[in-house]
Amino acid sequence: MKRKNRNVAIIGSGMSRFSSHREEVNQPEMIHEAVVEALEDANLTLDDIDCVLHGNMELFEMVHQPDMWHVLGDGGWGKSGVRLTTGGTTGATLACAADNLVASGLHDVILAIGFEKLQEGHTTGGITNMADPLWGRSLQTGALTGLGAQKVIDEFGEERARIAAMKYRTIMDEHAMKNIKAHRRLRLERQYIKETADNSPPLAGELRMIHMCSQSDGACAVIFASEEKVKAFKANPAWVVDHETVHREETMIFGSQKSTQRAAAEKLFARAGIKNPRKEIDLFEMYDPSAWWGVDWLRDFLLLEGDEALKMIENDEITIEGAFPVNPSGGVVASNPIGATALVRVAEAAMQIRGTAGNHQVPKTVRRAMASGFGGTLWTVLMLLSKEKPE
Amino acid sequence: MKDQSNHAFVIEGKMALPYQYFAGAVGSKFIVALRDEKKILGVRCEHCNKTWVPPRQTCEHCFAPLTDHWVEVQPAGVVTNFTVVRYAEPYQPQEPPYVLALIKLDGADSALTHLLDCGDIQNARIGMRVRAVFSDTPKDNILNIARFIPE
Repeated sequence: MKRKNRNVAIIGSGMSRFSSHREEVNQPEMIHEAVVEALEDANLTLDDIDCVLHGNMELFEMVHQPDMWHVLGDGGWGKSGVRLTTGGTTGATLACAADNLVASGLHDVILAIGFEKLQEGHTTGGITNMADPLWGRSLQTGALTGLGAQKVIDEFGEERARIAAMKYRTIMDEHAMKNIKAHRRLRLERQYIKETADNSPPLAGELRMIHMCSQSDGACAVIFASEEKVKAFKANPAWVVDHETVHREETMIFGSQKSTQRAAAEKLFARAGIKNPRKEIDLFEMYDPSAWWGVDWLRDFLLLEGDEALKMIENDEITIEGAFPVNPSGGVVASNPIGATALVRVAEAAMQIRGTAGNHQVPKTVRRAMASGFGGTLWTVLMLLSKEKPE
Repeated sequence: MKDQSNHAFVIEGKMALPYQYFAGAVGSKFIVALRDEKKILGVRCEHCNKTWVPPRQTCEHCFAPLTDHWVEVQPAGVVTNFTVVRYAEPYQPQEPPYVLALIKLDGADSALTHLLDCGDIQNARIGMRVRAVFSDTPKDNILNIARFIPE
């Protein structure tokens, strides 16, 4: 049983521009862009911040203790600071930790920062070192897998599965075209879905370059505050209702067990009293590392059966104007600065509740939004936000 | 308890960690001025009344943006502290023993770390006046200043 000592809300967020190359700025300069925007969004100054949480992927830029190095850009000088690094889920873990630290009463206002400059390091080199040297390291192939695609194809047939994955990818691109911060804005067209997939280089099985997330440079900053501070600042809050983290360590077994996505959703919905997530939640910012996983995981996150998730894609339910918008930001297939990526999901969900998403704001009122994080080995973090203050 | 150490199996590993580093708006301007003009640049925060060398994009104290507040400082200054490196490790800039010093350049309020060549290491003193010797060959890092020597 989880019980919060006091309520916590997101009251501001900022992001750098996401791009394959941010060679014009160094790491602290890029982080500074996100921090300045978050402080402006919350109408605060650094004096209002008690603690800076910092996170990114270990080994990716070859910087030891980047949290210390980045103080010049993140404003952490003289403040409490914590560094977190939980792989792909880092950004979501930052959000969970910020919620815990404020809810506990340890801090009133927290600035959480996720960053990555993938262009500066060697992603596969970093990831390979997660494997056990005796059993796995000499067999590692990196982060690409075709299994997600094959699973969907086996279940729904090649033609329907391929069209669904590419339609999902195209909807994400339509969303990214509205998001000025997004990295890949490709102007994909629905009438060329089949040709676009056919002409994209295969990476692993039916996973093609066009389906896969980008390698991006970027930073995200999110400000969390206690209920008392929300009142004092007269802030525009998105309240953190709850969050759930599910691990599966060292057992990369697909298919035969309950997914960490479904396990996290079941626990979170049970605590929140949510019976029909598709109806009771208004929007989902999902960490979708590839279009195929986006298709597959939507079913587990929403506790759907059979081909319901495919139908949601086929019937345009997941578009910005749809009944259940997924990733109005364009998602991870559009922008993936890994240490920031999962925090961007939380920030985007909060922006939709706060009505600050600009060009990619969904037309309907967002009362409840969900954000997920994903990382190796199949970790899931799921966070629920609300417009109304939790009781 | 029975000693099992003769059965312990050890895997010898080696990681290749290639990287590149984007020096950024401030670092790029600093290093190009140092390499091409042999000028040492800092940035000034009027609010805190401080000139920072090495330069940085924000004031460490008040977070004000400083990217457009350049000043040139002198290639000479005072040793504010130092250490003598007496052991050898791979990737050191020269054979030990040698002196690494914190040097506050004239016109700056913060110290720069660099090599101090004062002949015998015993000669190193806090408060001694030193000046920069620029490298004859262009480098892509702070070693465009080859070392500091007593004035």
